[in-house]
Amino acid sequence: MARIIVVTSGKGGVGKTTTSAAMAMGLALKGHRTAVIDFDVGLRNLDLIMGCERRVVYDFVNVINGESTLNQALIKDKRCDKLFILPASQTRDKESLTVEGVGKVLEDLSKDFEFIVCDSPAGIERGATLAMYYADDAIVVTNPEVSSVRDSDRMLGILASKSRRAEQGEEPIKEYLLLTRYSPERVKLGEMLSVEDVQDILSLHLLGVIPESKAVLNASNSGVPVILDEKSDAGQAFSDVVRRYLGEHVTHRFIDVEKKSIFGRLFGG
Amino acid sequence: MPASHSESAEFVNAFEIKSGAVNLPVLKLLSVDMEYVSSQLWQKVRQAPEFFRNAPMAIDIHSLADVDIDFVGLVRAMRDCGLIPVGLCGGAERQNQAAQAHAGLSVISLARHELPPPASAPKPKAAPPPAEVHTKIVEQPVRSGQRIYVAGGDLVVMSQVSAGAEIMADGNIHVYGTLRGRALAGVQGNLGCRIFCHDLQAELVSIGGHYKISENIDDSLRGVPVQIYLQDQSLVIQRI
Ligand SMILES: Nc1ncnc2c1ncn2[C@@H]1O[C@H](COP(=O)(O)OP(=O)(O)OP(=O)(O)O)[C@@H](O)[C@H]1O
Ligand SMILES: [Mg+2]
Repeated sequence: MARIIVVTSGKGGVGKTTTSAAMAMGLALKGHRTAVIDFDVGLRNLDLIMGCERRVVYDFVNVINGESTLNQALIKDKRCDKLFILPASQTRDKESLTVEGVGKVLEDLSKDFEFIVCDSPAGIERGATLAMYYADDAIVVTNPEVSSVRDSDRMLGILASKSRRAEQGEEPIKEYLLLTRYSPERVKLGEMLSVEDVQDILSLHLLGVIPESKAVLNASNSGVPVILDEKSDAGQAFSDVVRRYLGEHVTHRFIDVEKKSIFGRLFGG
Repeated sequence: MPASHSESAEFVNAFEIKSGAVNLPVLKLLSVDMEYVSSQLWQKVRQAPEFFRNAPMAIDIHSLADVDIDFVGLVRAMRDCGLIPVGLCGGAERQNQAAQAHAGLSVISLARHELPPPASAPKPKAAPPPAEVHTKIVEQPVRSGQRIYVAGGDLVVMSQVSAGAEIMADGNIHVYGTLRGRALAGVQGNLGCRIFCHDLQAELVSIGGHYKISENIDDSLRGVPVQIYLQDQSLVIQRI
């Protein structure tokens, strides 16, 4: 049986797809067979960030409708043979996603994979509620600003009441906070909420803090999950997140304003 | 199950069986005419559809000692209204058997809760029976967009109540985390009810319909433990 992870937020554009790609790649690099599914029907972009957009033949909706098999639709990553991508459809409308259809696909994937990462669309509509419905774990991606925190809180309420686990009275979904696009400098200036502020409002287990980083945009432009950019701050932060998720104890980084070393000051690094 | 997860102790047990007390609403059946029951149930549920949606409910047939009851019809009527009938109590042996056999209802006993005497019995004058204690305890955070209402009882929230959440009770409300949302006690008009909270940052507090919004709450009372009650028609927020 696979562990199903939903990457969710409520608010749009906070870094869910970036996180899904990095998490899935990170888990696969650790040797776990991992599938990552794009639930953003109509606005697919996971395949772009994974760099496999030119290899899409069939998609998630085709599989649900029985127009292709799962194996035909799954795209094997070129960099890591433990990682598979199930892209979303750009042409279909969201109505094609049904609880039963999604359940069947996840059940079939579960036989073959250790982790299934579900990249949720923004909002609290059908696509988002379906992405989280079958989840075992939820990574709630939040930016350090009030509206994003409020939407995450809303999403947490939905996770706690509308998921399969909630409906069946099973152990609740494990919820993790991932704070992304964090800028210690701006926190210091009072322009952003701090890690503590967000923790205080959401009271959630902190999985990690991903700094605001140019590396993210570079990575998505070149179709490489940022976790593969091992030199970058964001790449390292995501590696830490994967290790923490797998149960390792890793101290949090990228929370405080970096003091520039003598070298840094001399060479402007 | 991946290796990494079996390593962490949390995922080793497939389940635990614990004994726990749950509070359930009880449908006290007073009629055997299922059409009549069904239509009244509809009206009742229509008044507060959200509160009754998928609500588990026990059936008490104490008042209908040893008459034939159409359990199948009753269960259907309840399900049609979105309720989830979970068990039967107060029945005679014969009734229990019929309910189990035909409607799949389990037989439960109302542990220690004394059943109130039937309506016709004379009420003892000297010592009135203690008011039925009904308290709902919520351990998880109440998140933005969630609503909790306790009919005929008190509400205790052990965790926080987020901004955008709403908690309501016919009785008192206690919040042991931060109260950022709305809290309404005594919503059926009981003006003696109170709200107690550990850290007041509420959007709105109300007792029996007398309310105060965040803007009108004194800054000195924010972020501190308080109790809220009504005195001479006005809401008093007092530090405790
Ligand atoms: N840590 C970061 N530093 C800098 N930019 C980032 C970071 N994380 C995400 N971004 C940028 O934010 C934008 C949105 O990211 P992404 O597509 O991952 O968000 P999303 O939550 O999936 O959005 P949507 O809700 O539209 O699906 C992208 O342009 C991405 O490059
Ligand atoms: Mg996205």
